[in-house]
Amino acid sequence: MRALKLAGQIASVALVAALLGLLVWKVVQNDRTNVASSFAKNHKTKPVDFDLKRLGRPGSLKLSAFKGKVVVVNFWASWCEPCKSEAPRFQAAYKRYGDRVAFIGVDTADYSSDAGRFLDRYGVTYPNVRDPDRSVLGKYGGLPIPRTFVISPQWQVTGYIFGEARAADLESAIQKALAA
Amino acid sequence: MRRLAAIGAMLALAACPAALASGQPRASQADLEGEIMCPVCSTTLDQSDSPIARNMKADIARRIAAGESKQEIKDALVAEFGQQILAAPPAKGFNLLAWLLPFGALFGGALVLGLLAWRWSRNREPSPPAARLSPALERRVDEELARFDEG
Repeated sequence: MRALKLAGQIASVALVAALLGLLVWKVVQNDRTNVASSFAKNHKTKPVDFDLKRLGRPGSLKLSAFKGKVVVVNFWASWCEPCKSEAPRFQAAYKRYGDRVAFIGVDTADYSSDAGRFLDRYGVTYPNVRDPDRSVLGKYGGLPIPRTFVISPQWQVTGYIFGEARAADLESAIQKALAA
Repeated sequence: MRRLAAIGAMLALAACPAALASGQPRASQADLEGEIMCPVCSTTLDQSDSPIARNMKADIARRIAAGESKQEIKDALVAEFGQQILAAPPAKGFNLLAWLLPFGALFGGALVLGLLAWRWSRNREPSPPAARLSPALERRVDEELARFDEG
């Protein structure tokens, strides 16, 4: 009977230790895969790949297909006020840089119809994809949005703009990636 | 007059929502707002006033007015935002665990409690037998009691 009691106590302690371990692992893992926090800690940060459905047209778009180019990834939504202000700046930069820089908009937690109207309203013509359940946004830091990441041709994140991207910040982040 | 009533009935049938025609219960705004999550605030729609929650409430109201059933509205929202828009996971596949585990835990807890109570009742020391009085002492107690009764 005493041995049974001891076994029960050991099992309880082991269970608590395992749950604690799982919690620590989850926190560490989350920190590692979160591009924004990794970049903010000055770690060499690789972008997390994604393959998402195109917004407003059939097919999907894979981030890693743009390897070797400077890529600007902008997380936005039609209900996000700062996104409305920054959208024309992204479109202007897209026109200015042409083939030298790829722009990808990631519409997140949004109605596709609202998102489509948003693109029409702000004249956005670069490729946009949908991240309806925020699964990709989560790997890049989660809410709030907007968030913008600039990736160098060497496939490192070299620029990160949290919140509304001002023209000067966007320009300097793109220049830094082009010079990398 | 009869013809007018017949035309009215036909018009009502034509406008009858698909939900009623399919025998499904009509959706209620309050029910749905309590069962659908706001995608950006980790609360149900009824507890959120974020812009996207307001859009979703308006969308639900439009769909109810169009006669969609509760399930049709939920399906449309899942198609738009993914499965995690539902406050409670559907009771199938791996999600079934979320429904069964609480009952399992409750049953397990009751079992452990019962087992502990059973063990506790078995381990209790039996009460010692009442000490028997010696015949002399018993006689003396009787005498004392008799005297007490007389007094």
